Amino acid sequence: MTQATAIHGEKISLLRVLGPGHVWALGVGIVLVGEYMGWNFAVGKGGAMAALIACWVAGLLYTCVAMIDSEVTSTVAAAGGQYAQAKHIVGPLMAFNVGLYLVFAYTMLEAANAITLGYLVQTVGTMAGFADAHDKPFIVLTIVFLAWLNYRGVYATLTVNLILTAVAFIAIIVLFAAVKPWSNEMLHHNELLNGLPYGWLGVIASLHFGLWYYLGIEGTCQAAEEVRSPARSLPLGTMTGIITLLIAATMTWYVCAGLMPWEYLGQAITPLFDAARLTESMPLMVLLFIGTVFSTLASANGCINDASRAWFSMGRDRYLPIWFGAVHPKNRTPYRSIVFLVPVALVFAYFAPLDQVITFSILSGLLGYTYMSLNVILFRKKWPLDTIKRGYVHPFHPLPALVLLILCAATYFAVFLGYGTQLVAMMIFFVIASVWFHFHRYKYVRRGDQFTMQWPRPLGY
Amino acid sequence: MNSFELIEYAAWGISAILGVWMLVDMVMTNRAYNEELLTSSREGEIDDALVIDPTHQGGHR
Repeated sequence: MTQATAIHGEKISLLRVLGPGHVWALGVGIVLVGEYMGWNFAVGKGGAMAALIACWVAGLLYTCVAMIDSEVTSTVAAAGGQYAQAKHIVGPLMAFNVGLYLVFAYTMLEAANAITLGYLVQTVGTMAGFADAHDKPFIVLTIVFLAWLNYRGVYATLTVNLILTAVAFIAIIVLFAAVKPWSNEMLHHNELLNGLPYGWLGVIASLHFGLWYYLGIEGTCQAAEEVRSPARSLPLGTMTGIITLLIAATMTWYVCAGLMPWEYLGQAITPLFDAARLTESMPLMVLLFIGTVFSTLASANGCINDASRAWFSMGRDRYLPIWFGAVHPKNRTPYRSIVFLVPVALVFAYFAPLDQVITFSILSGLLGYTYMSLNVILFRKKWPLDTIKRGYVHPFHPLPALVLLILCAATYFAVFLGYGTQLVAMMIFFVIASVWFHFHRYKYVRRGDQFTMQWPRPLGY
Repeated sequence: MNSFELIEYAAWGISAILGVWMLVDMVMTNRAYNEELLTSSREGEIDDALVIDPTHQGGHR
């Protein structure tokens, strides 16, 4: 293909091939690994009952996130998701920060998933009698293989995610049915539940890892430029996604809390797989191991998709060098952004401890949720319901936004209790990045070109 | 060398091949197409009829 093509005015855009199922697979795929591992550290913080309260409080937080996101995204159908929303509704500096939150949250989560997969393969090797098995080759393979898949095309990438996620979700349902939840034959909640061993402070502390049940569902809107019908597919995929996760989270808690004492559950690496082992059923153990591996792969896969779209969008608007805003002419993917983020993920996966990586991911996500609550209030104020046609209108406004803001504040406190240094370090980083953007980078941005939505003038302007 | 070490070497090897594959393809694409064309995507565009390479539609048509 030649320069003549460009002269004739042709363009390359991302490919619109995705349906609601892919959107569901993107959102749930990123998150479902949180049911297989990670959520149970909330049990260690405050006991099993505290983890259940955290599960439902975080569920409320994310239901607000999903409702708010669905409404705004159904009008801002652009790759970059919340970044594009922030640009149009709040302004460039907020958008730059939100873009960074997204890239950090997803790249760290991708690294955490790769570490986990490496650990799982290493464990299998050790159990098979290879005492000196290493995890590093499999960490690298996970990241590079999934990046390659993303590089090749979005349809294949998210179809793979759909299959992986569906299998992992079905595995949870099968386990739930297998432990006979209607009887006390296998589950022993009466003996195992011990109230709140650390009181209500333990409940607040457990909120930190309670987010793990749902962290990343907001990633559905990164697919906005690649779905066939954004106004329909994005709200449908996101809302069915959060419903799926609420069901999976509650089932997971019920099974694990009825099979394991909280002292063990609070520090288990793979609680759902451990639950399957306690049933002494080999088929269940195999199924839950497959579910664990699949959910980890699906999560890393979705994270690469979302991080690259956010980075690509920022490049396209010149918030970063425009070089990153390129689309592959054959695969129709943001190929430079995908390749650029591979070494970033590798560095974190190779050198950083898992809990630090997870905490930075949670903090980045949390900053994004705080922005979302303010964003939707501004959105409704500047563009009331009768001024822009929405694909979905979330009910009870501004209650979900206020609930989200209050829950975010509580979760900041919870994170501060366990990882105060990281919280402060991250805040300082974003302040420095904002100063750099304001005084250096923004002069490269073509200010008129960045606002692409055909919206009426905002109320009061 | 035990069999698990072989699997580890295979993982390193596949990673290297895929990594090099992506880098080579990226460099070749960068050189084969005009930069203006590669960065011609615009936010929120819904017209996917503007395709420049009819024989390679990402394999989806």
